[in-house]
Amino acid sequence: MKIAKNHNDAIETAAMAVAADDSRYELRLYVAGQTPKSLTAFANLKKICEEHLAGRYRIEIIDLLEQPQLAAGDQILAIPTLVRQLPQPLKKIIGDLSNTERVLVGLDLRPARSGMRTR
Amino acid sequence: MVTSINQPRSNSNSKIAARRNGQPKPQALAKTPTGIKGLDEITEGGLPRGRSTLITGGAGCGKTLLGMEFLVRGARDYGEPGVFMAFEENAEELAENVRSLGFDLSEMIQRKQLLIDAVHIQRSEIEETGEYDLEGLFIRLNHAIDSIGAKRIVIDTIEVLFASLSASILRTELRRLFQWLKSKGVTAIVTAERGEGTLTRHGLEEYISDCVILLDHRMHDQVLTRRLRVVKYRGSSHGTNEYPFLIDAHGIAVLPITSLSLNHPASADRISTGVTRLDSMLGGKGYYRGSSVLVSGTAGAGKSSLAAHFVDAACARGERALYLALEESPSQIVRNMRSIGVDLERWSKNGRLSFHAARPTVYGLELHLAIIHRLVDETKPKVLVVDPVTNLNAVGTDVEVKSTLTRLIDLLKTRGITALFTSLTGDYAHAGHSEIGISSLMDTWILLRNLEHNGERNRGLYVLKARGMTHSNQIREFILTDHGVDLINVYTGPGGVLTGTARVVQEARENAEALRRQAEIARRRRDLAHKRAALEARSRAEREQFAAYEEDVLKEIAELRMQDETVAQGRLDAAQLRDANGGAKIKRRRPLRARGGNGEDRKEP
Repeated sequence: MKIAKNHNDAIETAAMAVAADDSRYELRLYVAGQTPKSLTAFANLKKICEEHLAGRYRIEIIDLLEQPQLAAGDQILAIPTLVRQLPQPLKKIIGDLSNTERVLVGLDLRPARSGMRTR
Repeated sequence: MVTSINQPRSNSNSKIAARRNGQPKPQALAKTPTGIKGLDEITEGGLPRGRSTLITGGAGCGKTLLGMEFLVRGARDYGEPGVFMAFEENAEELAENVRSLGFDLSEMIQRKQLLIDAVHIQRSEIEETGEYDLEGLFIRLNHAIDSIGAKRIVIDTIEVLFASLSASILRTELRRLFQWLKSKGVTAIVTAERGEGTLTRHGLEEYISDCVILLDHRMHDQVLTRRLRVVKYRGSSHGTNEYPFLIDAHGIAVLPITSLSLNHPASADRISTGVTRLDSMLGGKGYYRGSSVLVSGTAGAGKSSLAAHFVDAACARGERALYLALEESPSQIVRNMRSIGVDLERWSKNGRLSFHAARPTVYGLELHLAIIHRLVDETKPKVLVVDPVTNLNAVGTDVEVKSTLTRLIDLLKTRGITALFTSLTGDYAHAGHSEIGISSLMDTWILLRNLEHNGERNRGLYVLKARGMTHSNQIREFILTDHGVDLINVYTGPGGVLTGTARVVQEARENAEALRRQAEIARRRRDLAHKRAALEARSRAEREQFAAYEEDVLKEIAELRMQDETVAQGRLDAAQLRDANGGAKIKRRRPLRARGGNGEDRKEP
């Protein structure tokens, strides 16, 4: 668990997984203050996780206004940015997560449809 | 040969300071000196303080380097820390790239003079899922600026984001970013790729309009020349031309080469040419200080030797000299000059003489000029030699070479540097042709010619022009001896102009003839004396002979007189006797008749 980067002021919502380790999701949501976009993103994220990852995800919220040094350290430009720390590989999803389809693709919860980018 | 890099900088620094102090315009735009040589002169003090400057140009034209030097100079020379936000390279790569310019980034980073934030963004790792902004970038920048108290910032090259993020959001955010930078009060450089027919590929000039600088590099005859132009500088005057710049071991140097002016002070000071006889040909004193001298001649005419003498004399006076060798390596020059008794090595060892050797084709003309400019700044010479200047023709047309030389000469004249240019000319009739263009720039023109005669080649020297001084109109024979250049009078006589052995032979012949004539004169003189002596002897003998004869004659005369008297006496005696008898007078003739003895006297009466 990457507790080291958990800071006091971060809002932390954890839903500890019961499932096996390899299917556990560790997600970080980078925000800059409680802007409407941030709040929307958090709400959208929570909803998606509950629907698709119930019981095996953990969300860490990082407010860059509080910890600006993490912006460079974690290579964040856009706000909000969701980073999938686990499972590997690292993935970045930017925006308020309102496009659920693309969030699912980004989190590898749904294979990319034809015509979309493949890796 | 390279002096401290800081010397010229502190110079330009104080110049800027002087300009500011001298003209305290309250409304004048505040500027941030870049510390990049030449750029601050073109922009009349630097980039607009607290605003953003757009640097645009094609790939590899030096944008990143210019940005980095702006930060390094700012931190080092102006005490202004800087942030470098890199979108294309990481910190290690950046440090590696500028290490060759003598910038040690890691040390500066440790001292908190510099902060590098490398933005890594990969399209494949990013999924866009709705509304977002670039607040993260702002936070990063803000944090970076605040953590070291940065006054300068470089963003290189933010356009990379166009590949990964949606253009509409990006444009809004960029506008906000540059606005934000302005409010932050940092002086920023933002780099951008040049687009087809536009200043930047993504139209960044739309957002940054205070100052736009365009970098360019062009190939001409396989030679690369970099150029810089200030396209726009709101609220300030600036140099408007394209200025060549170079990137070398000391970073970027821009050349404000169009500072052509004809108001340089003319010195009445004279300096030796290094050859005593040549000095005397030039009114006895040599070249004017700060003048430009052209020594032209055919191959092997002794141009470099003359140049070496000039340099040697300058160094001997304690002045610094710069020798730009465009044909030979310094060690070759030193060796060759040693053979004529000129020891240049001692001067290069004690630092008075600096060599700079480069093949002309290595760079373009502009770059040559830039390098000379830089060397002059660094070594601060009193005399300069370009040997041979005609080699520059290899990298430019006559017109280009002339304009380059004009600028060079202007530079040298404003600094009071006496310059000697050697010029290689073709042989024979066309000697002099190639210099027609540049000779008008020169104050003194010395021509060295090969004089071919009598199966040998000899060197002749004459002064073709020497502005502002009386000079000899004579051709001197130019001889290279093991103790240097020697000028001797050529033979000019009824036999024509002769040099070399022909001169020696002719002189010998004349000497022989003179000797012969003298002998003849002596002989004639002797003859005359002889004759006179003979004549005198003869006349003396005759006189003696005559005297003897005269003596004889006089003696005879005396005898005859005696006889006459004796007869007369006798008659008297007889008459006395007859007187006793009377009739003495008649009988007086008898003794005469008796003495004649002939009977005719008797018949006479």
